[in-house]
Parts: sequence; C-alpha cells; structure tokens
Amino acid sequence: MTIQTTIAATPLLKVEGLTKRYGPRIGCADVSFDLYPGEVLGIVGESGSGKSTLLSCLAGHQRADLGRIAYADRDVLAMSETERRRLSRTDWAYVHQNPRDGLRMGVSAGGNVGERLMAVGARHYGEIRGKAVDWLGRVEIAADRLDDRPSAFSGGMQQRLQIARNLVTSPRLVFMDEPTGGLDVSVQARLLDLSRGLVRDLGLSVVIVTHDLAVVPFWPTG
Amino acid sequence: MRDAGSEDDYNFAYLDEQTKRMIRRAILKGIAVPGYQVPFASREMPMPYGWGTGGVQVTAACLVPEDRLKVIDQGADDTTNAVSIRRFFQRTAGVATTEATSEATVIQTRHRIPETPLTEGQILVYQVPIPEPLRFLEPRETETRKMHELEEYGLMHVKLYEDIARHGQIATAYAYPVKVEGRYVMDPSPIPKFDNPKLSGSPAIQLFGAGREQRIYALPPWTGAVSLDFDDHPFATSKAPHDCDLCGAKDSYLDEVITDDAGGRMFVCSDTDFCVGRREDGHMGRLGADPKALQAVGPLSPAQEAAQ
Repeated sequence: MTIQTTIAATPLLKVEGLTKRYGPRIGCADVSFDLYPGEVLGIVGESGSGKSTLLSCLAGHQRADLGRIAYADRDVLAMSETERRRLSRTDWAYVHQNPRDGLRMGVSAGGNVGERLMAVGARHYGEIRGKAVDWLGRVEIAADRLDDRPSAFSGGMQQRLQIARNLVTSPRLVFMDEPTGGLDVSVQARLLDLSRGLVRDLGLSVVIVTHDLAVVPFWPTG
Repeated sequence: MRDAGSEDDYNFAYLDEQTKRMIRRAILKGIAVPGYQVPFASREMPMPYGWGTGGVQVTAACLVPEDRLKVIDQGADDTTNAVSIRRFFQRTAGVATTEATSEATVIQTRHRIPETPLTEGQILVYQVPIPEPLRFLEPRETETRKMHELEEYGLMHVKLYEDIARHGQIATAYAYPVKVEGRYVMDPSPIPKFDNPKLSGSPAIQLFGAGREQRIYALPPWTGAVSLDFDDHPFATSKAPHDCDLCGAKDSYLDEVITDDAGGRMFVCSDTDFCVGRREDGHMGRLGADPKALQAVGPLSPAQEAAQ
C-alpha cells in the first residue's frame, strides 16, 4: 500500500500548455492535465475538436508547437528519437481506431503479438509463442487462431488482437483512439468490458479518445 | 577516326576516373561502417539492371591493371552472366582473367561464395538485387533507414517467426540476414544460407554493389557476421543431401540437374572451379568420367568413324 501511494504521489504523465496548430488553424490549444498511475482519462468531444491531434501529440506521432509533456519526470519533447521510440514500444502502447493501422495484416496473429517482444530482445521462439497464446486467451481469441492472419478475423477480433499486441510488453501508459469506433453495440460492450478488466488487473494508465459519451462511464477511475 | 566501338575509346575499366573516385569513396565509407548501406550515384552500364550493374561498377572501381579477375554466376565460370562480365573487363580493362579461385585477386560473384577458402588480399564483389533486408517487411525507405539508425530490428525476427509458425523451421534458404559486428543487419545478397558462415571472419574484403538500388556496402576482412536466429531454433546451413556426381565432394553446395524426363537427375557442385580441381586431383563421383581415360582414347580415326 505504501508503495502504491508513493507512486501515486507523482503523476505518470504531466502535460502543460500543449498547443498544436495546422498553419492558421488550431489543432488543440493550451491543454494541461496530470495523469496518475492507474488513472483513466477520457478525452471527449465533437468530431473536429482536436481529440486525435491531442492524442497523437501525446504519443509523439506529431510534434506539438508549444507546451511541455513529462512522462515519469522525463521531458518527452526533449528526448532523442531513439529514446522516444524505445519508450513507445516498451512503456507505452497505442491502440488505433482502425485495427488495420495498428496490426501487420500480412503477419499471423502470433507474429503480431510477438513483434513487440522481439523488438525488445525476445529470442526464444517457444516462449514468444507461449506468451502469444496467453495473450490471445486474455482477449478471448481461441488459441487455434494463433497462426491465422488478422485479415481472416472479424472487426472485433482484430481490435482485440490489437489490444493484445499492445499490452504484451506490459506497458504503463496506453493511448486509445476511439477503440470502439466502427464496432456494433454488443461488440463495443464486450470490448469495453474486456479492456476495463485488463486495465484494472494490470494497473494501467489510459488516455482514451472517444466521441461517444456513453462509453466513458464504463471506465474505472482513480 | 577510330573504328566505331574501338575499346581504346574507353577509359581503363570502362568508367571515367571521376565516377571511380565517387564509387571508391562509397566503398571506403562502407568499409569504415561495416554493413551500412552507402548511397552512391549508380551509372548506366552497358547491361540491363539485374545483370550485375552494381557489382560491375564496384569491380571497375577496384580493378588495377595488375589484377587477375574471376567472375562467377551461381558458382559457375561458364554461364552467360559470368562470361559476358569477364569479357567486358577483358575488353575494357585488359586485365588478366582466371577461373581458379586461388589465383584471382578480384572475384565478382552472383549468388555464391567460392568453396575454396579466400585469402588475404583478395576482393570478393557481390551483385546485389535488393540491398535492404527489411524491404519486404517495411516498404517505406524513410522508415527502414530510421529502423537501421535506431537498431530496431525486431521486425526481422518477425519474419523468421512467421517462417517457423508456417513451416516448422526457418524456411529462408537464401539472402539470409546477418548482423554485422552487433550493429547493422545486412542482406548478404541471394547467396544460399550454406554460404553464410563463410561471410564471417573472412580474410578477404567483401564488397556488395546494388546498381538499380544505388547502394554499396561492405564487410572488411575479419569482420563478424552472425546469422539471425532464435535460441530454440538456431541457424543451420542446408544443402542437397547428396555427394557431387562428378567429383564426389561431400561438403560442397550442389546444383540439381534434370537429365531426362523419366525422373533422372544428377547433383553437381555449383562451384565449377572447385569441381574441376577435385577431378584433376583424381576424385571421381558416381557419374564422373576419368579425364585421363578420355585423353588416352583420343579422337576417333576416320576409319573407326566409318566403321561406327
């Protein structure tokens, strides 16, 4: 308990005055927030309000014009690209709205889940495969689909596979860009249920973008 | 006026000196940074892309009049590609040529490393079709350069993972990626993985030229090149499980030759110089004929021919 409170005392992600402009147009302006370990932050807004811009600036896909981002007391914008990319394949995860953007469609489900493991140095085929099976199970994909390509999966399965692929290296911070967009309501509900369980079990911090206010109450906070 | 097409109209080894200078600078940079793909301004050569334009340019930049050149294509000295490139340099550089690996100072090769161990002072020039080992996994050049820069080579193992998942073993049989001195992942050109162990720690200079893709890279002598693998699926070489039918060699890389339409086939060394050398030393395979016996018989006399 003591450890938890000390960790919680410092924010995992600290954002100050983040601004991104596209020429004369504003992407997002003067955004500030603190995200503590285990906390879920929902970014809700209309289409075109700059949610995705904000998320891609946070995740380092785009460079913010102004402001400060600190991850675990490290200045993200001042980091070298090497460090930032290492962070984004170990401590961070990014779940795209369209699973096709976040998956390698020509590579089997097992390869997709294993990629991050291999990127951080896993070199034992059996262990990589074991972990992939474990993670497919956690996102409710049958183990016999391990060697199938994502193109043979349904939309909901692809999205769950993307989540498994992202969480396999036990990140601490997950960015989600409308993860339930494009899925029908019952699949959305299952996916949310699943994500909620994983977030709670793993103690993840999440920044989730959604235009659907109904999604937000599903997430645990604090 | 000289005759049209007179070889005297060309500079030594075809390329002009400024071009050779540019290529030599790329080669030196490649040697300084082993495994790193150095861009160079590849020239139009009098042969089609895919026929070794990169290798020819590297060879041209390396040749000096005292050199003795050997050219092989899939290990053979007598195939079209090898013959035409050898003739090209005979005509434009006037250098001596040889088929003997041990006598050559510069060897241009397509898809093989000679069986005879290379020695210090030799230069092996590879023809490379696609220099980027990550290309088929990541089509964007900007991205693959970044991956090399940041040593993000996880994707290379994804390919090997997929091989094992689909075929039960690493099915990549040629152009098998290597990591050079713990830094750059390199495509060794489409040599069979049988040859991969010879890349590492070779006393010869190994240069790789990709003409269409405009890249040169190099392995300096005594440089380590480790074939990528998994702990539980280690790298293993492979060859046809036969002996050479001409020279009987058990440890050389073999070509399969179909001899009839009834399933007849034979296996022969792909390295012709190695095979000929062994036969001259008296080794003989299943279907080999004794060269001395042939000489002893001699040509048929007109009378004998008529009798037949």
